[in-house]
Amino acid sequence: MSNQVIHALYDDDDVLLSAVKAVVKDKHHIEEVYTPFPVHGLDKAMGLEETRISIMAFIYGCIGLSVAVLMMNFIMIQDWPQNIGGKPSFSYLENMPAFVPVMFEMTVFFAAHLMVITFYLRSRLWPFKKAENPNPLTTDDKFLMEIAVDNNESDLKALLKKTGAIDIQVIDKAH
Amino acid sequence: MYTFPSTLKITALSLIVVGLLGIAYGFLSAPSTVAEAQAMVADAHHGESHAPAAEHASDASTHQAMGHEAGAVAHEEQAAHEADDHGEHLLHQLQNKPWAAVYVAAFFFMMLALGTLAFYAIQRAAQAGWSPVLFRVMEGITGYLLPGTLIVFVLLVLSGMHWNHLFIWMDPEVVAHDKLIQGKTGFLNVPFFLARALFYILGWNVYRYFSRKFSIAQDTANDISYHKKNFRISAGFLVFFIVTESMMSWDWIMSIDPHWFSTLFGWYVFASMFVSGITVIALITIYLKSKGYLEKVNDSHIHDLGKFMFGISIFWTYLWFSQFMLIWYSNIPEEVTYFITRIEDYNLPFFGMLVMNFIFPLLILMNSAYKRLNLFIIMAGIVILLGHYMDIYNMIMPSAVGDQWFIGIPEIGAFLFFLGLFIYIVFNELTKASLEAKGDPYMGESEHFTY
Repeated sequence: MSNQVIHALYDDDDVLLSAVKAVVKDKHHIEEVYTPFPVHGLDKAMGLEETRISIMAFIYGCIGLSVAVLMMNFIMIQDWPQNIGGKPSFSYLENMPAFVPVMFEMTVFFAAHLMVITFYLRSRLWPFKKAENPNPLTTDDKFLMEIAVDNNESDLKALLKKTGAIDIQVIDKAH
Repeated sequence: MYTFPSTLKITALSLIVVGLLGIAYGFLSAPSTVAEAQAMVADAHHGESHAPAAEHASDASTHQAMGHEAGAVAHEEQAAHEADDHGEHLLHQLQNKPWAAVYVAAFFFMMLALGTLAFYAIQRAAQAGWSPVLFRVMEGITGYLLPGTLIVFVLLVLSGMHWNHLFIWMDPEVVAHDKLIQGKTGFLNVPFFLARALFYILGWNVYRYFSRKFSIAQDTANDISYHKKNFRISAGFLVFFIVTESMMSWDWIMSIDPHWFSTLFGWYVFASMFVSGITVIALITIYLKSKGYLEKVNDSHIHDLGKFMFGISIFWTYLWFSQFMLIWYSNIPEEVTYFITRIEDYNLPFFGMLVMNFIFPLLILMNSAYKRLNLFIIMAGIVILLGHYMDIYNMIMPSAVGDQWFIGIPEIGAFLFFLGLFIYIVFNELTKASLEAKGDPYMGESEHFTY
């Protein structure tokens, strides 16, 4: 079992997408694809699992809504009830319309921020982490496909050449 | 070409007949004298509870306590006068009821066609690539615009001729005693009101006529000049529409409450008609697809319509709440009465509508996969349409009939009548042209649209 991988470089997202399709069709294992921007349909072409972040977004939104309700109830009703505009804050339900904007904002705030944090963690990105990115060109305008080599180096190279790769390198991943 | 199935035709015609019977029943059972009106209300309350009577008694005792210092004779005279006024008022409300029922349904179905027309014009003006496969469905729905607007116009003319009291500012007797309405007579007077209505109706229907004509002409054209023309008139129409739609909502709905005003009312009515129009597009598309037509429509198109239904439902709620919260919080008497009558007398329809138009579509259409399932779109769609009928009902009934509302035979009859008429005209319009706008330059993009 070798630890070798092939890095194939592309300079166009459409070419990359058709290349990914060709490589998947030939039953090679794509380890990862590095792109400077999100490429539509890439996840489907690579056969990645469907994202579950929308389920988390719903849960986070519900958490935000509950936090807002509890917070407003404590601040405005229990701790320091005030008489605003002739509407004394004695009951949460009767003053509820005034709290709806806060409830909405907190729902969005929690859903948005926790989603981003979840996405970072799921992508294994955390502060002070060393970049995994093998080629800095992929942060500019190039696309890189990483494929595991399993005694089929020449086959793969030929295939990748045919799909329009502008550069193909075999890299030893063992450290 | 689409042929109007005879079963659907019979369904539509029978809905019209049943609806007509319901409407006729509503008019025949309306009281003609004060005594009849009082007897009707007394009958209705007899079986239910005696609470209103008890309330009246306590009202009377406070009255007496307050009027203690005044002369007894004067007080009695005033009380008699008040009772008379009350009876007169009740009579007007009950006489308005069948008219209001017809007006709500007529406006609601007109609004479906108008909302669809706005959606269609946006697709044209934005040169949308996903929707051309649905153009003929939209054009079919907007076929109801001309009859729908004319029916509403006839109802407005009848109000202007004092056949009913839906618009109290049309009554010179009322205006003579009302300083606020007197100040608005420059805008709210019958000739100007009807002239404005004609202007809106004319503008919308002229756009509809030409865009339909160009759309059909594009099918057989060699170049895309008709498409370009359609793009231009659509952009122009949208400007005309957003101004006239806003004024239409002041005229045809807000002026029923001539003392009350809301600055975002035009937007609010627009959101209502927009989401209802999109829902009708989705429902008719699914229906035609299930019958084997529209073979180029795929579930991505349904998904997009579902997203619009979901998004515009939330947009409607945003406007509903913006209007409600500001008025509720500021608590200015002339504004807040609008919501007080709705919360006190219309509690169930007022808050029920919020569940139907917001919470139900929010929960059921939130999941991305559900928007591709016809069952969910149909379920949400029917609830949204009924919810927006209730929305219009809540806009018109409280000022027209006060607390004498009920969704009974006249209301259901009027709804069924216009539903039948709508189905008949829309599906008849669908037979008049190919269901595929094949000359549209974006047809290929639309056909291959995937999400």
